[in-house]
Amino acid sequence: MFIKPRFRLVRENTTIKFMRGRIAGLVVSAILSTASVVLFFYPGLNLGIDFSGGVVMQVRTDGPADFAKIHAALAAAHVGEQGVQRFGDPSEVLIRLGAQPTEAATQKAVAAVRDALDQGVPGTKIQRVDAVGASVSAELFRNGLLALGISLVMILIYIWFRFEWQFAVGAVVTLVLDITKAIGFLALTRIEFDLVMVAAILTILGYSTNDKVVVYDRVRENLRKYKSMPLRDLIDLSINETLNRTLGTSMTVFLASLPLALFGGESISGFAWVMLFGIVVGTSSSIFIAAPILLFLGEHRLRRDAAAPVKTQAALEP
Amino acid sequence: MMYFSRMKTTAILAVCLLGLLLGVPNLFPAPVSWLPWHTVHLGLDLKGGSYLLLEVDMKAVTKERLASLEDSIRQALREKQVFYQSLDSQPDQNRVVLRLRDAAKTDIAMAALKALISFDPNNGQPDMALEATPDGAITMTLSAPALAQRAAGAVDQSIEIVRRRIDQTGVVDPQITRQGQNRIVVQLPGISDPDRIKQLIGKTAHMTFRLVDETVVPTASSVAPPGTDYLPMLDRGGEKVAVRKRIDVDGADLTDARAGTSPETGEWVVNFTFNSVGARRFADISRANVNHRFAIVLDDKVISAPVIREAITAGRGQISGSFTATSANDLAVLLRAGALPAPLTVVEERSVGPELGADSIRAGAVSLIAGFLFVVAFMGIFYGLFGWFANIALLVNLFLMLGLMSLLEATLTLPGMAGILLTLGMAVDANILINERIREEQKLGRPPLQALEHGFKRAYSTIFDSNATAFLAHVMLFVFGSGPVKGFAVTITVGIATTMFTAWMLTRLMVSRWYVATRPKSLPV
Repeated sequence: MFIKPRFRLVRENTTIKFMRGRIAGLVVSAILSTASVVLFFYPGLNLGIDFSGGVVMQVRTDGPADFAKIHAALAAAHVGEQGVQRFGDPSEVLIRLGAQPTEAATQKAVAAVRDALDQGVPGTKIQRVDAVGASVSAELFRNGLLALGISLVMILIYIWFRFEWQFAVGAVVTLVLDITKAIGFLALTRIEFDLVMVAAILTILGYSTNDKVVVYDRVRENLRKYKSMPLRDLIDLSINETLNRTLGTSMTVFLASLPLALFGGESISGFAWVMLFGIVVGTSSSIFIAAPILLFLGEHRLRRDAAAPVKTQAALEP
Repeated sequence: MMYFSRMKTTAILAVCLLGLLLGVPNLFPAPVSWLPWHTVHLGLDLKGGSYLLLEVDMKAVTKERLASLEDSIRQALREKQVFYQSLDSQPDQNRVVLRLRDAAKTDIAMAALKALISFDPNNGQPDMALEATPDGAITMTLSAPALAQRAAGAVDQSIEIVRRRIDQTGVVDPQITRQGQNRIVVQLPGISDPDRIKQLIGKTAHMTFRLVDETVVPTASSVAPPGTDYLPMLDRGGEKVAVRKRIDVDGADLTDARAGTSPETGEWVVNFTFNSVGARRFADISRANVNHRFAIVLDDKVISAPVIREAITAGRGQISGSFTATSANDLAVLLRAGALPAPLTVVEERSVGPELGADSIRAGAVSLIAGFLFVVAFMGIFYGLFGWFANIALLVNLFLMLGLMSLLEATLTLPGMAGILLTLGMAVDANILINERIREEQKLGRPPLQALEHGFKRAYSTIFDSNATAFLAHVMLFVFGSGPVKGFAVTITVGIATTMFTAWMLTRLMVSRWYVATRPKSLPV
């Protein structure tokens, strides 16, 4: 029983006309991405402490947390509390303080909260303190954006180098659409946007590119194989041929991320949910966005390139 | 493609075995003596501990330099009997400006001030520029490279002193490293409340011994006369003492400081010892000023200002002043470690308690096991025998990752554990691509061996392309990320490297061996 595969994800020889839905796919994607951009500005991202600056303290109380008591203790300490919320378990509490005017004030606020909790709510244990000064948070934000931007450019260059430019543009436009949706998801779910989220988005970026490469590779191969097939049919054929791959590779990453979302604990589950969302978006965009863009860009030009291959090395040995 | 020479086979197996040997120690809590025992370093978010990011106040470094320059100018001009109307430092422009009373003496002054310029031994560049106008205004501007050099020196010195101070507190295995131009990272494993450390680091602890100016009495409204400061007494409300600006003995001349109790009063005191220079100067000063008061000043606060009873020639002294056991100890630590060249501020703090760290490890391990089983089940169900080859390679991959990370002494963080999981998911993707390709080749009517050959060969470029892009993205994350996120980038990049090996080499070897052993008529894909 271990020898033969038991099932196929998708049955053999599907002939789904994906390119019929190309307009619908692009329109839906454009609407979702536009909505995401709107969400980005209003209500905006729920910036985590890495980027907003300020103080977050995770506190474990003796038994279920008594929020009134904690609020009272913090109010007495005058630290500019901005929220006390449950964090997973009923006895875990997250206390948030706003950005303080100076670094020294931030440090004082942390000490004040420690004292206030010690006296006002005996038995609490401080599990985690994150205090980020204004200069550092601005820097982390800038570096996060830089990492994203440079990665996109490098992926563009890489794909350009390995394929024709239509592929590179198609991939990067799709990736940008993917990322905006992930940001919309973050804005909508109010999951905190912090450095770990930048990591998640970068991973989605890398992962989504993988998916596109699989389809594009096949398109390139078929371009040489079927010299006279219309590009539209050729792209459909390529997607159908690689459907098991596209879905299979997504499934494995999805399955690997799922436990993280379910059992990974409060501080990492946000990351995992964004990953899961990104996998679904990235997989569908490979089929419904990246391929149609290629169709629009390459209707005539790609064919000519294939007839007289310029990049012989890449073209001959996929 | 499907043929492996004996040497190649041995090499692949040796790498796997090595990975296993290096990775296995991570599964056991205590070292086993006959294994090479490197384990992955747990990040502070898993182990519990504090991460502090300190910033050196560079403006203070410049200010300090200008103040000492002002001092030297004052002394140089006094020796030449040149008098000035005003002498000010302008820290924003990195310069000191003075105006002579008698413009005719500009040349004499310039000659005297020229002697203050020193030259870089490497390139002969002067450390400051000296300019005069005909009306007797002279500016001395510090050069940018000289200031940068001084700033760099200040950061290095700060790191050394922070290390000395922390070492005194008995924290096990602290890590103190430089970050960028003017920042210092302090990592304190096992310390979840770094309050005391922060207090120790937060003081410059510049101690000076200066005479008290007994001719004036400080009041709230009056301004101190030139050459004198009104400094507040420590722990005594707003009471101020008039202290001469001139530093008679500097704390840098201390060789030792210990907390103790005074035999007479039973109070906590700090006993200190001067080096020979300090001892001589202290002896001279105390001999010349018997029955006058001198002040012990720490960071512009007067700790005590006793009256000198007799000349102190032994080079030893005692500081008293409402100390507790802790504060006396802390002061002794600070004095022993030396003064910071500039104030440090904590710009980022991340502390995690040991319980939370243990919870995170548990949650991460549960997710890891569950994710691994999900992926293994998926591959087994959808790809049969070839899926199981992939699963074996996946297990080896996991150990290789752990082994490589142990060898590199990389740090495993909570996001890093997420990175391992994602790598597991992405590693089998390579196998999916290979298996699908083999399946296609077989459908095209190729005999098994050829199908295998083509399958592995053709899938390779896709695998390489997709891993290369992911690799690029995560290298960027490592370069621009910080803290635990760097750990994520490390596990993913390490994972990509090991995946290329296991998916491309190991599974191919397994398939090749299986083929040679069974010679199947068709492939079960």
